[in-house]
Amino acid sequence: MKILVTFKSVPENGAAEANTRVINPFDAIAVEEALRLRERGEAAEVAAVTIGEPAVEEQCRAALAMGADRCIRIDDARPLDPYAVARILKAVVDRESPGMVLMGKQAVDDDCGQTGQMLAGLLGWPQATFASRIALAAGRETAECTRETDAGLEVIEVRLPAVFTADLRLNEPRYVSLPGLVKARKKPIEVLTCAQLGVDARPRTALLAVAAPPQRAGGAVVASVDELVLKLREEAKVI
Amino acid sequence: MGRTLILMELDGRRVKRSSLHAVGFARRLGGDYVLLVIGHHLAEAATSLVGYGAETVLTADDPALAEPLADRYAQVVVEAARASRADVIVAAASTFSKDILPRAAALLDAAMLTDVVGLEPRDGQTVFNRPINAGSRIATVALEGPVRVLTVRASAFPVPDQAPAESPMGRLAVEADALPAGTRFVSRQQRTSTRPDLGEARVVVAGGRPLKDAATFEKLIGGLADVLGAAVGSTRAAVDAGMASNDLQIGQTGRVIAADLYIAAGISGSIQHLAGVKDCRVIVAINKDPEAPLVKAATYSLIGDLFQAVPELTEALKKRT
Ligand SMILES: Cc1cc2nc3c(=O)[nH]c(=O)nc-3n(C[C@H](O)[C@H](O)[C@H](O)COP(=O)(O)OP(=O)(O)OC[C@H]3O[C@@H](n4cnc5c(N)ncnc54)[C@H](O)[C@@H]3O)c2cc1C
Ligand SMILES: Nc1ncnc2c1ncn2[C@@H]1O[C@H](COP(=O)(O)O)[C@@H](O)[C@H]1O
Repeated sequence: MKILVTFKSVPENGAAEANTRVINPFDAIAVEEALRLRERGEAAEVAAVTIGEPAVEEQCRAALAMGADRCIRIDDARPLDPYAVARILKAVVDRESPGMVLMGKQAVDDDCGQTGQMLAGLLGWPQATFASRIALAAGRETAECTRETDAGLEVIEVRLPAVFTADLRLNEPRYVSLPGLVKARKKPIEVLTCAQLGVDARPRTALLAVAAPPQRAGGAVVASVDELVLKLREEAKVI
Repeated sequence: MGRTLILMELDGRRVKRSSLHAVGFARRLGGDYVLLVIGHHLAEAATSLVGYGAETVLTADDPALAEPLADRYAQVVVEAARASRADVIVAAASTFSKDILPRAAALLDAAMLTDVVGLEPRDGQTVFNRPINAGSRIATVALEGPVRVLTVRASAFPVPDQAPAESPMGRLAVEADALPAGTRFVSRQQRTSTRPDLGEARVVVAGGRPLKDAATFEKLIGGLADVLGAAVGSTRAAVDAGMASNDLQIGQTGRVIAADLYIAAGISGSIQHLAGVKDCRVIVAINKDPEAPLVKAATYSLIGDLFQAVPELTEALKKRT
């Protein structure tokens, strides 16, 4: 089985002012899970895919250094929205025919948390979002998956092929090692365009403005528990 | 004016209060709205909704919909949107709606916005506000298309008053055999806590990494929460260390809260954590480090050892009542 794992290059901590870019942390977890499945003999190949400008090849190298077998970069510098990304990824899935697609549950810069579910919808495949455990059944026709929901942990079984989105506790991603980096230099990064894939993925959302959120008024230090209780009761009137 | 379809979320047989905030969003948007409840045994939930001024309270009731499986629910949402000719589909943001609505959006060939906190008119259309970059910036975004899909932050929109007129009920025919069958529900770890839900609590008490272990966490944080009738929350560090369950993680990638009072003990206030608590009215930080970011963001800070301060606060509040 081939696993397709998606990753987005994001500013560190999703912060607009950060000047270091990294693999979206949830995508690093997805890559790790794919590698572990391959290492357990459940998958034969891990292909990593990203959509972005040439500069994101640094994160392509990082994914390869972690252990992905090859990388595909869809060359696109437009500000895309999740639905555009999902349509492009759909074309990549059609081309690659993976048995599983592993993704992050959200990109920490835009915090949309949509792309995996959209891709699953476009493909007509089952989805297992917010996954904290993925266990393939013998024969690899289904996978049992634990999901982190607001109401607690839920277990579902999905038929493969399916789309999975990783939550924080799925695993702890490995660090990129020096030998890994050296090896990564020899691994292929295939560059494709939307035109080559035959997809028209014009974004349907437009960012019109960004503003700072209302700032919280600076706080006061209280000297004792008694003073805190008094303030909460008399001043803030919350207890 | 258009029509909004609002996907309601259930907690057992009851409608979650957060879903009523989504009704508040629809009112602000204008036009009329249809409330959609999906599941099985929906009489109680549907009846509770007739006073909210909806065009229709629509139910999709079938044993095959007893559990919220995204592939099935998304298909029902799509059918309901078509049947009711809705041009906006919305739900209160939660793991339930975030699982289902993006899939439904793709099936409707529609783009989507997550966690909308505001809307404003601009050049004859409605545009939306939503937090990005871990809540450090608010984006104004236009969403185009004949159908628009959104999740909204419950705390940003009020629950509307009930109206005396009753909405009519409608049933959406469900053909169980035509629903996707690729996903099977196996089990759910039932939450046993009787404490309020984080998303709906007026008071939240949370603890971080220094709480050591689950027993200490429960004794100190749980103990303080109980005298206040509060919900319990935690940080990623505390969840990862096994002190608190996953659904208690507050932050950018966990739950977002908007409590009247938030008390954080032994929590540094990372950018990810702050993203989930910024909208609380009063924040109290109990921390031994006066430089901790949460201390800077708090309304009141108590600088000291939480192992002393938290039991002392619990006792002081017990005496009060
Ligand atoms: C992709 C990603 C997503 C994340 N999502 C989230 C999220 O949603 N929510 C979240 O919370 N975190 C999240 N994190 C983790 C986040 O970056 C921080 O690591 C985490 O919030 C820190 O938790 P903490 O405050 O409990 O621990 P620390 O940062 O270790 O802080 C502990 C605090 O306790 C104080 N302290 C220590 N001992 C005492 C004592 N005896 N008495 C009083 N004070 C004491 C210290 O001064 C310190 O301020 C995420 C991280 C990543 C990479
Ligand atoms: N430009 C991109 N390239 C590749 N994968 C992406 C891209 N954008 C989003 N994704 C994937 O979709 C997931 C969810 O992203 P989002 O819906 O934007 O929060 C991410 O964790 C990635 O796995």
